[in-house]
Order: sequence, then C-alpha cells, then structure tokens
Amino acid sequence: MRHLLSTRDLDRETAIEILDVAEDMADVAIREVKKLPTLRNKTVINLFFEDSTRTRTSFELAAKRLSADLINFSAKGSSVSKGESLKDTAQTLAAMGADAVVIRHSASGAPRVLADSGWIDAAILNAGDGTHEHPTQALLDAFTIRKRLHGSASRGRDLDGVAVTIVGDILHSRVARSNVWLLNTLGASVRLVAPATLLPPGVEHWPVELGFDLDDAVDAGPDAIMMLRIQAERMHAAYFPSAGEYSRQWGLDDERFNRLRADTMVMHPGPMNRGLEISSRAADSGQSTVLEQVANGVSIRMAVLYLLLSGAVEQGRAS
Amino acid sequence: MTARVVLQPADITRALTRISHEILESVGSSASELVILGIPTRGVVLAQRIAAILESIEPGSGTVGSLDVTMYRDDLSAQPTRPPSPTQIPAGGIDGKTVVLVDDVLFSGRTIRAALDAIGDHGRPRAVRLAVLVDRGHRELPIRADFVGKNLPTSLDERIAVRLDETDGREEVTITR
Repeated sequence: MRHLLSTRDLDRETAIEILDVAEDMADVAIREVKKLPTLRNKTVINLFFEDSTRTRTSFELAAKRLSADLINFSAKGSSVSKGESLKDTAQTLAAMGADAVVIRHSASGAPRVLADSGWIDAAILNAGDGTHEHPTQALLDAFTIRKRLHGSASRGRDLDGVAVTIVGDILHSRVARSNVWLLNTLGASVRLVAPATLLPPGVEHWPVELGFDLDDAVDAGPDAIMMLRIQAERMHAAYFPSAGEYSRQWGLDDERFNRLRADTMVMHPGPMNRGLEISSRAADSGQSTVLEQVANGVSIRMAVLYLLLSGAVEQGRAS
Repeated sequence: MTARVVLQPADITRALTRISHEILESVGSSASELVILGIPTRGVVLAQRIAAILESIEPGSGTVGSLDVTMYRDDLSAQPTRPPSPTQIPAGGIDGKTVVLVDDVLFSGRTIRAALDAIGDHGRPRAVRLAVLVDRGHRELPIRADFVGKNLPTSLDERIAVRLDETDGREEVTITR
C-alpha cells in the first residue's frame, strides 16, 4: 500500500490486515508507556483545508504514539488563505521532507490529485475529500463492529453476514460512501435509509439495499445502525421540510431505539446533533459505540500510518 | 543446498527440560516471580513449553506470555512491511519480576535488543534473562544468552531452520548450506 485514498480500491485481504494491525495498536493504549518508537525518523503533515478537530486530533495522536514528528498545516491563517495553489503547497511540503501528508479538502478528488501529481513524493492519506470518501472513518467503523461482535477473537475475521443500516444524508456523506465500499468488501450487507432528496444519483448501482422508511429498517433488526449527522447548512437548502420533520421521519428517537434489538450497535461518526438524528437516550446507551469509535479511530490511524510509512521503498515509489 | 538435521524431537525436548531446570536454579526460592515471554513466532511456542515444564517441576512458577518486537526493530525501513504479532503480558505485569525472554535462534542479537526496548515500555522487571534453543554465533551487539539449548558454530552463508509441531507440523532443527 502506497497511499490511502479510498476504501473502494482496498481488497478484503488488505482491509483485514489494517484492522488486525489496529488490534495491536489498540494494545499500546493500555500499556505503561503509550508510545512506540516505530516512526521515529518520519515526518507527518496534517494538511487541513477544512475545519476539523476530531479527525485532525486523532491523526495527531496516532502519529505521536508512533513517535513520528507531526506538523499541523491548516488553511486558515496560512499561505493557502493568501491564494497559494495546491501545487505550491505540495511542493513546499515536499521541500520540507514530509514522509506522509494527511489531507482534508472540500474538493472531491484532491487527495488523488496530490498522489498522482508528482509534486510530492510522500504517502497521501485521505482524511475526507468533499462528498467523496473518508476511508479511515470507514475502517474505524468496521473495526468497531468487528470488535463488538468478536471481542479479543477479532483478528483475521471479516464481516460476513453482518447487517448494517446507514441512515441520513447519503448524498453529501463521504462517511457513507467509504462505509458502503468497505463493508461490502468485508462481506457485510448494507441498507441505506434516507429521504429521496438526500440520495445521490446512481445510488441504485451501489451494492446496497435502498429504503425510505426508517421504521421498516429498525424492525428488520440490523446488527448495527449508523446515524449520519445532518449538517446545519443542508436544512436551509430544501432537502427536507424542517428539522422537526426530519427528526420524526429519519431520526433515531427513543421509540425507535426501544424497538431495536437489544444488541444492535448504535453508531455515529460525530459530532452528534442530539434530538435531531439521534436521541440522547440512544446516544448514551450501552448499545452506543460513539466513544469506542473515537478511541478506535486512533488505533486505525496508527495502523495505516505504520503500514504506509514502514517497510522498504516499494517499486514505483520514487517515480 | 543440503539440509542436515542437528536436533531431533527428543533433543529439543531434552534441551527445553534442561533450560527449565537451569531457570529454576537461577531464581532460587522466588520462582513465583518468573514471567516467561516468548518472541513470536516460534519463541512463543518454546516459551509455552518451558512454562509447562516449570509448572510440572514447581507448580505456580509458569507465568507465560508473548512479546512482539516488530515495532522496535532497527531494520523496518530495510525490509518489506511486516504486520506485528500480538503481545500478551500476563495479568500480574512484569514490574519487579524476573523476565525470561525466549527465542528460537540467537544470531545478530538485534531482535533481543528490540525486545529489551519493548520490555521497558511495559514495565520495570527486576531482571531480564535470555533463553534460546540455538545460539549460532555472529553477534553484532554485546548480547549473550543465559540459557542455551545448543551452541551451533555456523558460517554466515549457512541457514538455521527451527521447525516445531505447533507452527510447522514437524519437529526439527536443520542447518542448510
């Protein structure tokens, strides 16, 4: 693996390898010294063109636990806000000797541009690009599901036969896209539930089951139900009549939560809008995996950084 | 390429039994403070066998676990990426204990150097000892084993292969030129 741009081009073997390495990384968090010397000579740059606290901090912690040097480079207050192009930014980072660039960008495909451009010879990690993909989020979600299902016997397992329902703004969600591809690769069956206005064109070609009715999906008894965040800016764009209407039809309220199987995982990528897409009772229940997802995110990002940055230079790397 | 068998199954068992007795002698009355840590892959199997022998000689002395050293190696950027193996530290931890590291072959000493660094991140043992099934020489670091199953003088172009029932389906140590 040279870059991590998308979960679509991960095969099952590679995906399971990442999850397995993350199991070992998770053990580091419970040791006396929560640090490994592995990436001591590497420099990781967090290049964030969009605001993000959780993902950026998670990558930062992951890099630091592996002893890499990490530099945060955010668009606000930097040369980027003065109009510097992605090319010039990339070449600057290359000149600084970056070994990996973690990039978040509002434009779908920006990480791919960086990886294919030849401007910089570093491993590129997609930390969310437009409405395209957010691969480490999908990996940490899969890791969380596997860990809940199999506990300490998780290593080497896929998600064959696991039923996952994803609810909410599929149209704008890179989390949903990355999850669809990865869960499908790992053998899980995915059902999407959303208002018709929030489904992307072409979704009928995705490897998923489609639904518009959350009650049906709840009564189908999924192994995990993933609630996506409704972003404030979407509410004013006429995708649905009102927040209250959305919550009534597509929110995981107490009543729907009560009807879920007692062992159905309630997942959310955060930050949550309590009372809108998810009720506080659901979010704070024992079935909720929200905080596990955050903790597992660090392990997954450590695993990805390790797999991308250790090892002899692969063929084609210098090109 | 000719492989010569240098240790038969019975030789391996005898070597491990002798190592176990030597370990117990070396710790005297504090056998309950022993933690046997195998280095993956075959060191873990050997550690489990040694722990079982210790347990049969002196019940309560065979606390066993595994210690992965992949993330501490100094040759990570010179080899293809290797996935780490699980580390299992026994519930009582290693603080104040006598840790016996177990590996199949002692060669350059670099794996053991990495293991010593890894141990330091898990706690502070009272002492660390090293047991190996085969010592083939050619050390690159000032490291030696406390308990050795067999000393095998080798040349650098020879290869030592340790095969164990649990990992390889058969039991032997061979030397290949």
